[in-house]
Amino acid sequence: MAEQKRDKPLITEKKISRRTLLGGAATAAVVLAQTASGKSFQAALTESELNLFEDPTKVPGVPPGTLGTRSAFEKPVKAPSDISSRTPLQDLFGTITPSDLHFERNHNGVPAIDPAKYELLIHGMVDKPMIFTLADLKRFPSVSRIAFLECSGNYRGAADGKLTPQQICGLTSQSEWTGVKLSTLFREVGVSPKSTWFLAEGGDAAVMTRSVPVEKGWEDAIICYAQNGEAIRPEQGYPVRLFLPGWEGNINIKWLRRIELSDQPFQTRQETSKYTEAIGGGKIRQFSFTMDARSIITYPSYPQKVEKGWIEIRGIAWSGRGKVVRVEISTDAGKTWNPASLQGPVMDKAHTAFRYLWNWNGQPTEILSRTVDETGYTQPFLKELLAARGGNMGYHFNPVTAWYIQGDGQVLFKAT
Amino acid sequence: MTKSVFFIGAFCLFLFITLTSLKSPTTGENGSRADTLAQPKTFGFGRPATLKEIALLDSDVRPDGKGLPAGSGKAADGKLVYAAKCAGCHGVTGVEGPNDALVTSKNLTDQKEKVRTKTIGNYWPYATTVFDYIKRAMPFNQPGSLTDQEVYDLTAFLLAENGLIKASDPINATTLPKVVMPARDFFVPDDRRNGPEIR
Repeated sequence: MAEQKRDKPLITEKKISRRTLLGGAATAAVVLAQTASGKSFQAALTESELNLFEDPTKVPGVPPGTLGTRSAFEKPVKAPSDISSRTPLQDLFGTITPSDLHFERNHNGVPAIDPAKYELLIHGMVDKPMIFTLADLKRFPSVSRIAFLECSGNYRGAADGKLTPQQICGLTSQSEWTGVKLSTLFREVGVSPKSTWFLAEGGDAAVMTRSVPVEKGWEDAIICYAQNGEAIRPEQGYPVRLFLPGWEGNINIKWLRRIELSDQPFQTRQETSKYTEAIGGGKIRQFSFTMDARSIITYPSYPQKVEKGWIEIRGIAWSGRGKVVRVEISTDAGKTWNPASLQGPVMDKAHTAFRYLWNWNGQPTEILSRTVDETGYTQPFLKELLAARGGNMGYHFNPVTAWYIQGDGQVLFKAT
Repeated sequence: MTKSVFFIGAFCLFLFITLTSLKSPTTGENGSRADTLAQPKTFGFGRPATLKEIALLDSDVRPDGKGLPAGSGKAADGKLVYAAKCAGCHGVTGVEGPNDALVTSKNLTDQKEKVRTKTIGNYWPYATTVFDYIKRAMPFNQPGSLTDQEVYDLTAFLLAENGLIKASDPINATTLPKVVMPARDFFVPDDRRNGPEIR
């Protein structure tokens, strides 16, 4: 108790109390405070405290700090379940997902890994089985690339329409990933030309494993240690993850500890009884790596209410097959379609922002977006996907999403 | 004469440009297809892995049985391990849950419903995966805590409960890869063709 009182924050440098400085009122969003024992920290303040400051031009602002903070007025959050947590797509602008809002899918929690003890073992059909420390990996030539990462189980619907973009498809996010190309490491260990598959294994409690065709390793796989300019977040695989551009999330093994080269797939649980989908005719599709083209309107969306007049329809489109070439918008429930403008540069296997200016006349309607990628693939309606897969739902569902706009402006999700 | 000199000159210039562009290691647009072939073949970073270091981590089991340890398991012994360490999450008989059902319910009459359940008898194409997965990831609250003997026994028990082997059949490095899994015939590789078709 006495200890607590002694550590009450004081304003730094002049060591005057908070109360004195603010004339007995409250304080700003963030202040650099100091405890009686001399420890400095940034203290975030509540909204009610903030409201007491009516004119920020009449008091000195916050001095520079060691870490930036999100405004106390902004509270975007992920939506967690027991096994995953979804990105709030409706709260984001542009195409880079802030690292702390990147979606998560774990198979037995997030491990704590000491980077000083981290090692990556590469063995199997190689000339020289080798172990690389984190420092070793950072010495190799590096590469950065902006690309999306999406869970293959990223579609939800609801009959009452009460679903946000986050709930419908919040298991997709985008970052700038930096690391060493796996092809560089393949050459270092001397991968056998007879090797066709490799096992990637995580150092988490699930010791997560997936088999990957060696071809992808030579083409564009990255052994990543950084995300959006800093070390990868623990939830995204700290200190090292595998990144396979355009491929389903779970194969991008996080907390990567081992790669074993082989001449056949290992048929792990995740690639047999887990991440596979029924496609009709009694068949189950396996090794469906690529994420098909997808788009979603993130504004307007549930639970927003819009007003009659000009509305900039906004959203993101992406494809694991390559570049988005077109996004089309319908504001009359799919009768007619018009091209949206794409924000450049449009990148390969990356979230691409689109916009479409619309003057709403106040009549109830549906708005939809659909994208076309460079392979000529057009994002399908839900009923087309169901027809193509023998009526089965499951992984790799990328349907067009409609938003129903009521006469009162209330926006609701609608399945297509 | 002048003409041929010109042509030789032009050819040399062309060759020079070609070689220069081949020589410069470029990072492609958005970082894709960085020409790592232009890099030195080896950088000398990292250290050779010893057989002991590899053995410490290399526990995976392939469909051909490569990776299976010595030993042999029995369904009767697996039943005891299951009751103690698995039944809490997967149900008393492996059907009830609350987590993933492992055993195909014998009471299911609806064939369609049966196909959808991802039990070992219904949906697992390789018996070796049962051993590999239990050993690496189970029990969920104490992953990696089971001995090879316990894993063999559990594998035998779960295969027997699914009617894939007889309760008296031993499960070991020789027998496990030979267990016939009904789901094997259902699995097909990705049939999407990277074009306009919706599949």
